[in-house]
Amino acid sequence: MSVAENTPLFDAEDLRRQRAARFERFGKWLLPVAVMIAMIWFWDRLVVWNEIPHFILPRPGLVLETLIKDWPMLFDALLVTLQITMMALAVAVIGGVGLAVLFTQSRLVEMSFYPYAVILQVTPVVSIAPLIFIYVDSRTAGLLICAWLVAFFPILANTTLGLNSADHNLRDLFRIYGATRWQTLRYLRLPSALPYFLGGLRIAGGLALIGAVVAEYVAGTGGIGSGLAFRILEAGYRLNIPRMFAALILIAMTGVVIFAGLSFLSHMLLRKWHESALKRET
Amino acid sequence: METKRLGQRPPVLEMSNVTKTFNGDVVALRNMTLSVNEGDFISLLGPSGCGKSTALRLIAGLTSTSSGRINWAGGQSQNDLGVVFQEPTLMPWATVAQNVWLPFRLRGQSYASVKDEILDVLRLVGLEKFLDAYPRELSGGMKMRVSIARSMVTKPRLILMDEPFAALDEITRFRLNNDLLQLKAKIGCTVIFVTHSVFESVFLSDRIVVMAARPGRVIREVTVDAPYPRSEAFRTSAEYAALCREASEALHIAMGEPA
Repeated sequence: MSVAENTPLFDAEDLRRQRAARFERFGKWLLPVAVMIAMIWFWDRLVVWNEIPHFILPRPGLVLETLIKDWPMLFDALLVTLQITMMALAVAVIGGVGLAVLFTQSRLVEMSFYPYAVILQVTPVVSIAPLIFIYVDSRTAGLLICAWLVAFFPILANTTLGLNSADHNLRDLFRIYGATRWQTLRYLRLPSALPYFLGGLRIAGGLALIGAVVAEYVAGTGGIGSGLAFRILEAGYRLNIPRMFAALILIAMTGVVIFAGLSFLSHMLLRKWHESALKRET
Repeated sequence: METKRLGQRPPVLEMSNVTKTFNGDVVALRNMTLSVNEGDFISLLGPSGCGKSTALRLIAGLTSTSSGRINWAGGQSQNDLGVVFQEPTLMPWATVAQNVWLPFRLRGQSYASVKDEILDVLRLVGLEKFLDAYPRELSGGMKMRVSIARSMVTKPRLILMDEPFAALDEITRFRLNNDLLQLKAKIGCTVIFVTHSVFESVFLSDRIVVMAARPGRVIREVTVDAPYPRSEAFRTSAEYAALCREASEALHIAMGEPA
C-alpha cells in the first residue's frame, strides 16, 4: 500500500495555513475599514446623543460637507503644504546622502561634524523655528529650512549606516582588484546602502510633512499662499470646527499617501534582490 | 634564479621567510617560505590559527609582512589575482553575469567588450542558463560556482581560495572538487587553496603544505604525485588512502597530538 493512495492532498496543517493566509489577505483590509466605520458611527452617535453643538464637535457628515464645500480653498492650501514637504524632502535627500557620503569618505569630516548633526536633530524644531523666521526673509525659505531640519537626519543616519555595512569580503575583493575610491563607492557602498537609505526616506517623508506643518504654525502669517496648517489655525480662530477637521483629514491623508508612495518606491527598487521585499514560500 | 623542485615550470610567486605579527607580540605566521610555480595546485592544510588565512591575506596584499618578502616573478602586479572566499561573496543586487563582470568592470572594461569571456567561464561552471539570475535564486553550490567563475574570468596568474567549500554539504563539496579540477585542466590556472580537510587537500593538490598553530608555521610539505586529471576513482585508490594517512599524520604532529 503506497502512502500516496490514501493520503489527502492537503493535510490538516496545510488547510490551517491556507485558512490563515485567506484571513490575512482579507483581514488586512477589512478589519481597519470595519474599525473606521465603527468609529465614525460612534462619533456620529456621540454627537447626536449628547446634543453637542457643531462648533464644539461636528458630525462626520458635516465634516464631509465642509470638505467638499471648501475644497477649492483647502486644495490650494494642500498644494502649498505639499510643495514645501516635497521640496524639503528633496533637499533632505540631497543633503543627507551627500553628508553621509562625505562622512564615510573622510573620518576627519565625520568626527568634526557628526555631533552637530545630532544636536540639530535633538533640538525641537518648534524652538528653532521662531529664530529662523527672524533671520530668513522669505517665508517659503523659512518653512523649507524647518522641514529640512526635521527630515534630513534619518536619511543621514541610515545612509551612513548603510554605506558602512558593505560586506567585508566584498570590500577586500575590491581592494584586491585595485578598485578606486569612486568605484568602491559607486559599485559597492551605494548599492549596499540603498535598503537603509530607503528605510530612512520613509521616515523622512512623514517627518518632512510634520516639519512643514509645525513651521507653518510658527510662521503664522496668512493670506494667499497659506498651507493647511494655517487654514486649521484660522478656522480655529473663527470657531469653524468642521473646517478644522476637514483640513486635518487632508493632512493625515497626505501623510498616508507619502508613506505609501515611498513604500512602493522602496519595494520596486528592492524587489529583485533584497530580503525585505521577498515573499517566503512557506 | 635558483632551480625549484618543479623547476621546469616558470615561477609565479616567492615567499621568503615571511613573518607576520600583530601588535608586536601575537605571531600569526613565522618564517614561511613557499615558492609557487605556474600550474601548481597548493593546499595549505592546518588547524585554526595556523596562519593559513594570514598567508593568503599577505599574498593578496591585504596586510603587509612584518618581515620577509613576497616577490612576484616579473614584478609586483597586484591586479593579477583571483580570490574565492569561504562565503560566495556575491553582490546581491547584481545578476550572475554582472557579478562575473566585476573584475573587468573595475579595470574599466565594458560588459560588451568582455561578454564572450563571461559567457565562456559561466559555461565552464555550468551556469550559462543563469546569466540574469540574482544570487538569492541560486543554491549554495551554484553561488560558489559563480564565485569561482568570477575568480577565473580574467585568467589571473594566481587564484587564492580560502576554504571555499567549507560551508557546503558533502555531496556538493565532492562535486565541486571534481569540477574544480576539470576547470583547472581547461584553464590551466595556478591555485593556492586553504582547507581544513585532509581528503580535500589530497584529492585536489599536487603539494600540501601542512601548518601548525601558535605560532603559525609550516611544519611539512607533502607531495601528491598522482597525475591529473584525477577522477572519482582516485578517491578509492590505495594511493589516495596512503597519501591521506601521510597528510593526516603530519596534521596530528601539527596539532601536537600523537599520530
